[in-house]
Amino acid sequence: MSPAPAPLLTVRDLRVVIGGRHILHGVDLEVAASGTTALLGRNGAGKTTTVRGILGLVPRTGSVLLAGEETVRQTTHALVRRGIGYAPEDRGVFAALSVAENLRLAERPGAGEPAYDLVHELFPELRRRARQAAGTLSGGQQQMVAIARTLLNGNRLIIADEPTKGLAPKVVTEVAQALERAAEAVPVLLVEQNLAVVRRLARHCVVLADGRTAHQGPALDLLADAEAARRLLGVGSAGHGGPARTPAGPPARTAARPAARTTEADA
Amino acid sequence: MATVVLLTFTGLGLGALYFLIASGLSLIFGLMDVLNFAHGALLSVGAYGTWWAASGHLPGAGTEGAGFALAVVFGTAVGTIAAVLLEVAVIRPLYTRPREQILATVGVGLAVPALLSAIWGADARPFPGPKALSGTFALLGAEVPLNRPVLIGVALVVLAALKLFLGRTRHGLVVRAGVEDRAMVTALGIDVRRAFTLVFAIGGAAAALGGALGGLYFGSVDPGQGTSLLIFAFVVVVTGGMGSLTGAAVASVAVGLVQQFANYYTTAGLGDVAVVVLLAALLLVRPRGLTGRLA
Repeated sequence: MSPAPAPLLTVRDLRVVIGGRHILHGVDLEVAASGTTALLGRNGAGKTTTVRGILGLVPRTGSVLLAGEETVRQTTHALVRRGIGYAPEDRGVFAALSVAENLRLAERPGAGEPAYDLVHELFPELRRRARQAAGTLSGGQQQMVAIARTLLNGNRLIIADEPTKGLAPKVVTEVAQALERAAEAVPVLLVEQNLAVVRRLARHCVVLADGRTAHQGPALDLLADAEAARRLLGVGSAGHGGPARTPAGPPARTAARPAARTTEADA
Repeated sequence: MATVVLLTFTGLGLGALYFLIASGLSLIFGLMDVLNFAHGALLSVGAYGTWWAASGHLPGAGTEGAGFALAVVFGTAVGTIAAVLLEVAVIRPLYTRPREQILATVGVGLAVPALLSAIWGADARPFPGPKALSGTFALLGAEVPLNRPVLIGVALVVLAALKLFLGRTRHGLVVRAGVEDRAMVTALGIDVRRAFTLVFAIGGAAAALGGALGGLYFGSVDPGQGTSLLIFAFVVVVTGGMGSLTGAAVASVAVGLVQQFANYYTTAGLGDVAVVVLLAALLLVRPRGLTGRLA
């Protein structure tokens, strides 16, 4: 087998201090050059701050390499223009603007034709509701707008922060399908609490605890290890509403790997 | 009846002036969370720029026709440049320090009138408006000064232009989005600081135009004009809802009319108080102003 390609995004010793409080104490993570990498951890572990730190939305120190290039000193808009699509935790939809205007904002002049065909194929509803104010959409529809904005530009990396949070099961499936489709072409960094979605989408995972990296490795290995899942993620069995041990991915991928590197989280 | 007509036109004319200041103030606050206490100074810069040019200092400019139009354009341009300089040199370095930012704009708001009075004196200077605009017209028994409908017309044109800009252009879209969530705009790969400069330029242009037309309305220019109008512009912005252009337009009309009618029918000076009472009453009922949103 050929060696694994270099990671698309490499984060080293990411530290964030907000209002004198240390939120991140040195996060290390890698986003693989293909597929979905899940960013996991209990509430308050620092997942969203990590994502915001990567994007420069909060003051941070450390190293953030995008395709080998240091970006930690770049402004958010300059970094994003290098090919990052970001769907934030609160969806970041502009309530007073229409759906069409929300999408138009994500267009990048000079970055090629925006991929409206793909967006409308995945979310036909957005075409029908183009003129509707985004603030009047349901949570699921707003999430579709948020994800659609990441798909328009032929990005090199998509970052989705809890895209299924608070959504009805049917919409969760729809959103997961769209991300699965997106991940075929673009690597995705996915912050997610719903382990069924993680199981379905993620190949790799990074677990944070108390603002530090506690674990990195193949996602299915972690989900298959009930004890590790309980300790790192605080869940009784590795999968909400699903059997604990049903590896959905091809078994060959997890079988031959050495044990995932696990570092003890600070209490 | 004649009094009512005259008071209405005067109130609307004053409202037009308020709108020219408040529209920029409201956009700037809505987008950038900056309370620009120097906005009145931009009006004064526009007023003095126009006065200076129309007084024969600028070749081609004068008090009549195209010459006066050129003087107004010059005054507006000087105010616009001053606004851009203010944003780039004073506001931008202080984005992470809002308290210092407010102090800096207060400082500029005090320094500019002081500078103007140091150069041209503290007394009011007669404003050389065109003869065509200095007359009156008869309406329902009232002799209404011609500059009132001119002011109202210009304010309506500015309102329409701003609405077109916000509603139809990509820059306008960025501004509307930025009013809602600035960080998300940058997270979409847009340099929101360029929108800041643009909004300051637009707000400065409107205020400076207000200064030029204020010269017509008051018949004179003085260094403190901008600052005293700014107070009522703040009342307009809060009444209309921070960041809302339509709210600013409606509130400008309301404040101008209430002030004129109350000043005439009660004791002079009570109109100014009435406006503040109006604001307080509105905030009790609708804490976010008439409308909490833009456009």
